[in-house]
Amino acid sequence: MEEEAGVVKPKKNGGGRLCSLCNQRRPALKRPKTLEQICKECFYTVFEEEIHRVIVDNQLFKPGERIAIGASGGKGFIYLLLWFSYRRISNELLVYLNLVDSTVLAYVMSELNRRHNYGLDLFLLSVDEGITGYRDDSLETVKRNEIQASELGQMSMKGSRSMYGLPLKVVSYKDLYGWTMDEIVKIIGLKNNCTFCGVFRRQALDRGAALLKVDKLVTGHNADDIAETVLLNILRGDIARLSRCTSITTGEEGPIPRCKPFKYTYEKEIVIYPCHLLFTYAYFKRLDYFSTECIYSPNAYRGFAREFIKDLERLRPRAILDIIKSGEDFRISTSTKMPEQGTCERCGYISSQKWCKACVLLDGLNRGLPKLGIGRSRGPNGDRQREMKESNGTRNIQSKQCGTLDF
Amino acid sequence: MKDMACSSGSCESGCYKDNSDAGAEEENQQSFKNEPPNGVATGNNGVNRHNLCIKCKSNETIAATNPTAAAFAAGGDGGRFCAECFRSNLFGKFKFAVTSNAMISPSDKVLVAFSGGTSSRVALQFVHEMQCKAQKNFDASRDRSLPVFGVGVAFVDESAVYPVSSQQLDDAIEDMKLIVSNLTPKRKVFHVIPTASIYSSDLGEGKDRLRELVNAVSDVTGKEDLMLYLRMLSLQKIALENGYTKLLLGSCTSRIACHVITATVKGQGYSLAADIQYVDSRWGVPVVLPLRDCLTQELSMLCCLDSLKTVEVLDTPRSGINGLVSSFVKLLQEENASRECTIVRTAGKLTPFDFNRMPVSGDLSCNLASLRRQKKYNLKLNELLPPESFCPICNSPLSKSNLLSLNDVENGQLSAETFGAKCCLSCLFQILPKERSSVEHFYSFLPQPIIAQAKNDNHCNRRWLR
Repeated sequence: MEEEAGVVKPKKNGGGRLCSLCNQRRPALKRPKTLEQICKECFYTVFEEEIHRVIVDNQLFKPGERIAIGASGGKGFIYLLLWFSYRRISNELLVYLNLVDSTVLAYVMSELNRRHNYGLDLFLLSVDEGITGYRDDSLETVKRNEIQASELGQMSMKGSRSMYGLPLKVVSYKDLYGWTMDEIVKIIGLKNNCTFCGVFRRQALDRGAALLKVDKLVTGHNADDIAETVLLNILRGDIARLSRCTSITTGEEGPIPRCKPFKYTYEKEIVIYPCHLLFTYAYFKRLDYFSTECIYSPNAYRGFAREFIKDLERLRPRAILDIIKSGEDFRISTSTKMPEQGTCERCGYISSQKWCKACVLLDGLNRGLPKLGIGRSRGPNGDRQREMKESNGTRNIQSKQCGTLDF
Repeated sequence: MKDMACSSGSCESGCYKDNSDAGAEEENQQSFKNEPPNGVATGNNGVNRHNLCIKCKSNETIAATNPTAAAFAAGGDGGRFCAECFRSNLFGKFKFAVTSNAMISPSDKVLVAFSGGTSSRVALQFVHEMQCKAQKNFDASRDRSLPVFGVGVAFVDESAVYPVSSQQLDDAIEDMKLIVSNLTPKRKVFHVIPTASIYSSDLGEGKDRLRELVNAVSDVTGKEDLMLYLRMLSLQKIALENGYTKLLLGSCTSRIACHVITATVKGQGYSLAADIQYVDSRWGVPVVLPLRDCLTQELSMLCCLDSLKTVEVLDTPRSGINGLVSSFVKLLQEENASRECTIVRTAGKLTPFDFNRMPVSGDLSCNLASLRRQKKYNLKLNELLPPESFCPICNSPLSKSNLLSLNDVENGQLSAETFGAKCCLSCLFQILPKERSSVEHFYSFLPQPIIAQAKNDNHCNRRWLR
């Protein structure tokens, strides 16, 4: 246990100190959110209890509901590597990185559901973007290392059932749209490809959720993600998104609302949570690292604000929560015009325009005009706007193109 | 024209849009040293067409005539305007902010807060030019119905806290005196206020108490912010004692953009809207920010063009969270020249407070003559809203959730223990000490205005200064 202590507790000289929460055991780590020295057991307890409180206080779920857990892609894992190297854990450890967020989400959700009798039916929902070397390679590495995936808190992406016996549904871009991301990148290149991936993923999650006939979709967005979104919306002047980006449940008017139980949970804590599990279960196993940032977007735009958030966190861990608090407290008048919501004429998905963004992008791809729908080009929506202006200038339509593309 | 004002086509932050009367403002006292006479410029027309000012289309751009000055705004106005048009554009933004928000009326006595830096230097210059013009109009008018507003200048001496040699400080103050005395014809009083003056007239004792207070704050960012609040208290004190009716600050877009981000990061989202408006009358003497739409690059360029002397003293780099945010915003601005504008514009869309407009003076008769001159774009606000409650340290309005915790101590006597409950969460975290004994220590060194504010605040009133 010598090494483990060295790993999780950088300062050995704090000899006689005890965990600042239970006052019984020796502290094993400095809690990232509060910088308290606490023991491993207390870390689990506060981590899980905080999420439980968020779920209960915000009444996120009702008994008997069917809930899909969205397995979003991996973010911030380069940072995780840095974190580990800082903690001087050598490269003897495999963390199935690209699934950390959603794996922890799945684990904590099923754990809390059992412990507190939420009475929920849980499902896992994953999106296969079709990026070679992103998800597939991760799986291969797992196999090669002969690690028991279930013990490590991982789930098989391709199997129909995964750990904790949660049913898994995988929806792929190929099935939904007829294109994999690899094929799209071949045509569009490395610029703007995130537009496709982002628009497609959002809709894919909704479609997968509809297939599973669930009442709600939970996503693994953490406090860092939300703080970053608040900042980005200030930087780009998007007051409408600024007003709603901090709400814990979104899309309540739509068919499948989404919620974020990790809204106040720090990324750092999510990341060390399974690592502690790891030490318990697979301590002596020989493991190796790899990172699974999207290969097509090694430093996506968000990285800029991300870096800033991490700097802030180093200086003052509380800053992340403060940004979220600011986001919630901003005095934004409710009379701000919101876009009208309709449905896409082609696929029936929610859309403020004639066609939803995915259909516009897809149409461009299929017609060999992949730039269609990116930036301010004219798609069917542009034509419609012109028609609208000519026929009756009275109806108020959103002049702005789909906001996800801006920036 | 709109584009030029903000280096951004989408800027709606009340830029100077109309250039019809810009010409009138150009009869300034100063001539442009570096600018070639018109004849020369037109002579060069054939050769240097692309170097012509995009506004007047006759003079050469600043980049061509004065590369040093143009370097302040790389790729910006320097390459597009001639010195004269640039200047009138910048002054236009200032003038528009002043007139559309009724910042200065003829009966006012304006105190300009002067740090010696470029922003406040330009603010001082512009106020002086406005005063000269008002004087000219006064001399020319027959009935003399509109008096000329008065101007005073104040420098806050923070040497008690920030290290600076007394020689340096004396030199700087001498320089500032010279700058102010050169702004004639109307004489302007120059006040030097040591921060310690908020304690008592005995400066020595005040200095010690001030140091104790600041040293009791462990967080670097908190310390810096506390100094900022004390600076405002010092300015308010001197303004009030000398009968000034407006306090004019040189906060520019860049500074305000930084404030938007720092306030967000510190969890002050609720009160943010209060700090970034043109007018802030929650203080005894209303505070106005006429340079809200001017970028720091533009102000530096003007100082260079017009050889406006600036004085650098007590100009310590910002530290902690503030320093981090400054460098982040600077980076963003370099990447996109309209970023600071966008940040301020976003924050400008937040709902302002009731006190973000000029208070209507009780004595209407003296203002009648000036009233008809003002174009008021004042904010429409709900009169029925309950009055705000304010944090005694930073004077920011408290949000509802903050107020709930405050109710518990509403009726008790003010003491070191109950003081904390009256503060906003941000001050509570970064300024107030954590341990009980240190809180008492900190509390015992608080200056009178802060204590008074905490006492009076039981019924949500911030009129203690009036």
